[in-house]
Amino acid sequence: MSPPRADIQALLAQLVRERRAQMLALLVRGAGGDLELAEDALQQAVVAALERWPVDGVPDQPVGWLVRAARNKTIDRLRRNATWRRKQEVLQHEPGARFAPPPELPDDDHLPDERLALVFACCHPALALDSRIALTLRVVCSLSTEEIARAYLADPRAMAQRLVRAKQKIRDAGIPFEIPGRAALPERLDAVLHVVYLVFSEGHAATSGADLQRVDLCEEAIRLARLLVEQVPTDGEVHGLLALLLLHISRRNTRTDAEGRLILLEDQDRRRWDRRAISQGMVRLSKAFTCGPPGAYTLQAAIAAEHAIAPTPEDTAWDRIVTLYDLLGRAAPSPVVALNRAVAVAMAHGPEAGLEALDPLVDDPMLQRSHLLPSARADLLRRLGRHPEAAEAYREALALVGTDPERVFLLGRLAEVGGTDHGEP
Amino acid sequence: MQYLLLIYEAESVGEAMSDQEKAEMFQGYMAFTEHIRESGEWLGGEALTPVHTATSVRVREGRTRLTDGPFAETREQLGGYYLVECKDLDRANELAAMIPTAKTGTIEVRPIMKWE
Repeated sequence: MSPPRADIQALLAQLVRERRAQMLALLVRGAGGDLELAEDALQQAVVAALERWPVDGVPDQPVGWLVRAARNKTIDRLRRNATWRRKQEVLQHEPGARFAPPPELPDDDHLPDERLALVFACCHPALALDSRIALTLRVVCSLSTEEIARAYLADPRAMAQRLVRAKQKIRDAGIPFEIPGRAALPERLDAVLHVVYLVFSEGHAATSGADLQRVDLCEEAIRLARLLVEQVPTDGEVHGLLALLLLHISRRNTRTDAEGRLILLEDQDRRRWDRRAISQGMVRLSKAFTCGPPGAYTLQAAIAAEHAIAPTPEDTAWDRIVTLYDLLGRAAPSPVVALNRAVAVAMAHGPEAGLEALDPLVDDPMLQRSHLLPSARADLLRRLGRHPEAAEAYREALALVGTDPERVFLLGRLAEVGGTDHGEP
Repeated sequence: MQYLLLIYEAESVGEAMSDQEKAEMFQGYMAFTEHIRESGEWLGGEALTPVHTATSVRVREGRTRLTDGPFAETREQLGGYYLVECKDLDRANELAAMIPTAKTGTIEVRPIMKWE
């Protein structure tokens, strides 16, 4: 007896959700590097399955069935194309050519997992950064175009356009679906980690709960990082990045209050930090340190870990954090790192020492347009009781601040030090 | 895949070079050309005469208009090209990075159109 149609629909939906990226990875090379073609073919294979499976029964290896059916569809399409025929003649004697005949498929549980090659293509530096992010979410995370557009508050048609163009560039410029060789690997892996980090940051910056239809970009980023950990287990920064994301997400529910107002780390309710995420993050962090000298993600994770394990803000090992910032400043020098280091110095050795550490940053061009420096200065001046100077710095920060929760926070502090009322822009 | 590697550089950079530096640059080009001829990736390539010899051709409303000079006033000028056949964009970029001018100018990598 054949299974009911509804069950088959549910099964196919599940297969697509869980195995789509793996299937695309197996299809794309045979499709001449054309992701659009591979996606279309897979879609057609799913439609074919919806027709066939209720009649013939679900095949023993449903994923293999879909890949085979999709493969036949890509070959049909390419055969109609004269260039392909010519290529076949030229490339017949070349091993490893792009149009090599497809290898036989093992059973579903042993299908090769070539998603990493897919990740490297989607995050290729020859693509615009926004396109890399969108493409990775679509192709590797299997989000729909609409979901990605909603997550980035973008017009779905514009997002669809962006994806089409990125896929065309991959096909026409010959971006390979391969894991880069040893010489290129560190740089290319950095590009991948950067995309994952940006996906997470976008999710982290969005205030949660406002739109239940929005996909959780933080969860997607963590899933991507887990995929990388599984596929590149020897790279410390891969573990370091996953550690960082887990430690950040552990504080997610305590970062803002019910009205969406920002809560500083020192004022957060530590009992509500997600212990499971923290312990998973700590495991990743110690793994990262066994892989060699720590990189920037690992060091940031180590700093986040110091906060995560401190029972109270006062019990935080601020001098260890200063040391970690010193290392981070050497691994990935940036004015923002220097600024955070100065804040840690203030916590370890008092606000005076912190102000001194901030002084050399005053003329930094990158910090000029940001509220971070004046708001850090303001906070230290406030703690020293130098209220008029603090008010001045809060006003400077308010003129530069971008997001509403931060603006509300700074206005509150300005009032605290006897500055002007809440109405000032 | 076929790629055109377009070599851009401000002409003043070449003019300011000492004879020694020019000789080194030239040898770098000889070595690179030798390398891609041997690897079989070389299809063609030429150096171009300086940009003041360029003419831009545009046809608007059926009439041909010629303008003295290159297509746009940019700091860097097209100075030469290689046409190569190689595996993928990664290899093409790798080759581009081996061109001596990559250090002082810009190499633009353009896939050759496939007519289907």
